[in-house]
Amino acid sequence: MADLEKLSIVDAAKGLREKKFSSEELTRACFSVINSRNKDLNAFISLDEENAYKTAKEVDDKFAKSENLPVLAGIPASIKDLLNTKGVKTTCASPILKDFVPPYDATVVEKLKANHMVMLGKTNLDEFACGGSTEHSCFGVTKNPYDLTRVAGGSSGGSAAAVASNMGFYSIGTDTGGSIRLPASFCGVYGLKVTYGRVSRYGVTAMASSWDTIGPFARNVSDISYVLQAIAGKDRRDSTTPDKDVPDYSSFLDKDVKGLKIGLPKEYFGEGVQKETADMVKAAVAKLEKAGAQVVEVSLPYTKYAVAVYYITMPAELSANLERFDGIRYGKAPKDPDNLTDFYFKARGAGFGEEIKRRIMMGTYVLSAGYYDAYYKKAQKVRTLIIEDFNKAFEKVDVLIAPVSPFPAFKIGELLDDPLAMYMADALTIPINAAGVPSLACPCGMSAGGLPIGMQIIAPQFEEGRCLKVASCFEKL
Amino acid sequence: MLDEDKVRHVAKLARIELKDEEVKKFTGQLSGVFEYMDILNEVDVSKVKETSQVTGLSNVMERDELVPSQSTREELTSCSELPIDSKQVRVLNIIK
Repeated sequence: MADLEKLSIVDAAKGLREKKFSSEELTRACFSVINSRNKDLNAFISLDEENAYKTAKEVDDKFAKSENLPVLAGIPASIKDLLNTKGVKTTCASPILKDFVPPYDATVVEKLKANHMVMLGKTNLDEFACGGSTEHSCFGVTKNPYDLTRVAGGSSGGSAAAVASNMGFYSIGTDTGGSIRLPASFCGVYGLKVTYGRVSRYGVTAMASSWDTIGPFARNVSDISYVLQAIAGKDRRDSTTPDKDVPDYSSFLDKDVKGLKIGLPKEYFGEGVQKETADMVKAAVAKLEKAGAQVVEVSLPYTKYAVAVYYITMPAELSANLERFDGIRYGKAPKDPDNLTDFYFKARGAGFGEEIKRRIMMGTYVLSAGYYDAYYKKAQKVRTLIIEDFNKAFEKVDVLIAPVSPFPAFKIGELLDDPLAMYMADALTIPINAAGVPSLACPCGMSAGGLPIGMQIIAPQFEEGRCLKVASCFEKL
Repeated sequence: MLDEDKVRHVAKLARIELKDEEVKKFTGQLSGVFEYMDILNEVDVSKVKETSQVTGLSNVMERDELVPSQSTREELTSCSELPIDSKQVRVLNIIK
């Protein structure tokens, strides 16, 4: 059977059960694409062929004995190299962790292994998930499958590029300020940023703890729902995961949107957003309106402050989280330090890339004596106002729809020396993280230049199902 | 206002060795970023409470029970390049 690697998860799972092909064949199909395309795209930091084939064979044996297995069993996938994988190198794309082999699995990885995931390898990212382009990786930039001179987006750029080019059926990424949705939209795939706390962060190297979320990339909405089903839920090892029921996410698929109220936040279509992008998202919403949804304009007036709030609180949390990387338990020990302080200076100076140094500096500055109230405390207060914006909007509408990014994928190197311009690429994704609500990035068309454009469907906290329902309906229009 | 001395001071607080050219580059870039942050001064937050947890959880308790660790002591120290002594990482002398 040709093009096994392009199947949906549901079709692949069906084929495995009907013995049309084996998990080993699915795995071989994915590795064959990786062998031909990864040298151009640089989506993977490391591959784990040995364990992938081993798991695939184990799953095939179970299918041969007609064992009842979960839908994800034997399906090849990839994991962002920020999630710990026991015995498999986890680098965070940082020189300081270049040779780090974790002694345990992240909860998400543990759950997927319980679902018999075939893990192909670990995907590229901006160092410690800090960036919007995967250019800040010590393993080099991940390129956009639609145009090799452009970025794949970031920070989960490797995951997006891998899924977009059929190097695995799904991937797990992380989204702190847009790091799943931005690359998903740049590469033309689906990417879900879940409600804060819906998926355990245990075993995922922390970036900004009050913002970090973990979620799936896939090529269609139903695939997203099955992966979400496998990874969502309370985890006693992450106290920010509430004890809230996990619904049957597939029950939200293939429903109509009659009577559903869609809000278009006017701030997401204004200044700085390319007309082509805004028009394409509006055209997508018009299709949903034709299918029976009601569309109203809403306002989220504090949107424009979100980038500033984020770039104060995130570096503050990041600088604290990265204190542990000091050359003693992690990283390269410097030669002949004068004393312990000198040891830290040298280990951290050599172990972190430029963007990480920049952000640690920002975080240390805003938390330093005399500046805490002016920056950190103030930002935490404005964050409250951003949350209230969303609360008010969701009193009137069921979901919000907006562009993911103000523009499609930019050129490699284009924004590298202008950090503020790079930060603005996340202007439309950051407010969603500030409020902790879920948002699903969906492809909604192609630019005249042949680049994917994405929209995001935003719902109230723990209403991921609503995002899936609207996306599933739109997928068929 | 951020100047090179301030940047050096913050780098010291953060325990990061910076090269001279990095100090120069960061002074310019971070000044630009922090100038942008002044946008927050437009907002009146005098009656607003801070948010540090977005889903409303507070004081989450867990039964204090012994559970088997996923990893051994050897695995936990294997990431360090420093000498391992009695399953512990040997660090530099602080008091001489």
